[in-house]
Amino acid sequence: MSEQTSQHETEWPLWEVFIRARGGLDHRHCGSLRAPDSEMALMNARDAYTRRGEGHSIWVVKATNIVASNPDDKGSFYDPADDKVYRHPSFYQLPDEVDHM
Amino acid sequence: MTSATEEARFQAHIDAEGKIEPKDWMPEAYRKSLVRQISQHAHSEYVGMLPESNWLRRAPTLRRKAALMAKIQDEAGHGLYLYSAAETLGTSRDEMYRDLLSGKAKYSSIFNYPTLTWADIGAVGWLVDGAAITNQVPLCRCSYGPYARAMVRVCKEESFHQRQGFQIMLGMAHGSPQQKAMAQDALNRWWWPSIAMFGPPDGESKHSAQSMAWKIKRHSNDELRQRFIDMTIPQADFLGLRIPDDDLKFNEETGHYDIGPIDWDDFWAVVNGEGQCNTDRLAARQKAHDEGAWVREAATAYAAKRAARKAAERIAAE
Repeated sequence: MSEQTSQHETEWPLWEVFIRARGGLDHRHCGSLRAPDSEMALMNARDAYTRRGEGHSIWVVKATNIVASNPDDKGSFYDPADDKVYRHPSFYQLPDEVDHM
Repeated sequence: MTSATEEARFQAHIDAEGKIEPKDWMPEAYRKSLVRQISQHAHSEYVGMLPESNWLRRAPTLRRKAALMAKIQDEAGHGLYLYSAAETLGTSRDEMYRDLLSGKAKYSSIFNYPTLTWADIGAVGWLVDGAAITNQVPLCRCSYGPYARAMVRVCKEESFHQRQGFQIMLGMAHGSPQQKAMAQDALNRWWWPSIAMFGPPDGESKHSAQSMAWKIKRHSNDELRQRFIDMTIPQADFLGLRIPDDDLKFNEETGHYDIGPIDWDDFWAVVNGEGQCNTDRLAARQKAHDEGAWVREAATAYAAKRAARKAAERIAAE
């Protein structure tokens, strides 16, 4: 393990790259890269992921700063929402006379 | 849960066209197989820059030079996407480079052939990129999410590569008799290696059956090879060039072209290190890695200096 860790430590940190394709849209995850710091990560992201005008706004986030849910919890983590059908518009029956709402 | 039930659940998920993401449970063999295939694919992009860069400084016009430069930059980008995808499986980038440079990891054998004339740049774009696209399009639907997504980006960018190559062939095939002869010569040398790029025939391909069951691969080697042949022959006809195969003929019954026998001995010899450029390619990558060491060190030192300066400013401000 220690050998593995020290070898990984010499590698530059991993950055996740998010790009906004045009104004009005969300930033979307498009890939990742390695860079020694945030500014170089941003420049590398521009060179690697926007060679053809794919976007005009880039976020880079250090991968270690991302907190992710655990895929094994797939069921239990989301089940509070499972029995709340009344959150969906289809739960509400409308009279025929009122067809657009 | 026992690993047998996990494995059954995993296979059922794949059979239902489900995708696998990095943190999902997966059989060790699936992980290993993907690391092998994706890193090999990444290495191919990375080594694939070499035969093309051979003609970069001798491109006939500035426009062709700029286009070739853009294509080579794309190959570097594709390598990056693929190394990133492989990293999600828990292998480090340093490890992958090490395996490439030591010769332990393979890359596509096609890059062990030399690019002798400018027409080779046309043939490489038209045939080698054409074959690569045929291989890569179905990979956009492969079961491993990060690999599939990387392939979507690669395929989008790759189609310019093939057109760029075909345009060079078109110019030469319709040019002076010497130019046409150069185009024919390039086709003669690149045709069979491009056909062999799809790998050994279905019966002899050692990873195929399992990869198909895992939906890493969607079509067999022979199926993809045939698709490429059927697509390319009319293009060669349009160029007025002759495919170097005396047995080639259209089969009315199957609706496909039949080709002569492929020289698999040559293919395996090149895979196993006896190609014209195997030694050169690895030496060039090793040289680039060694000579780039100071750049990597300087970037690391610069980042450390900047971080220290920022920390000092923060303390001064407090």
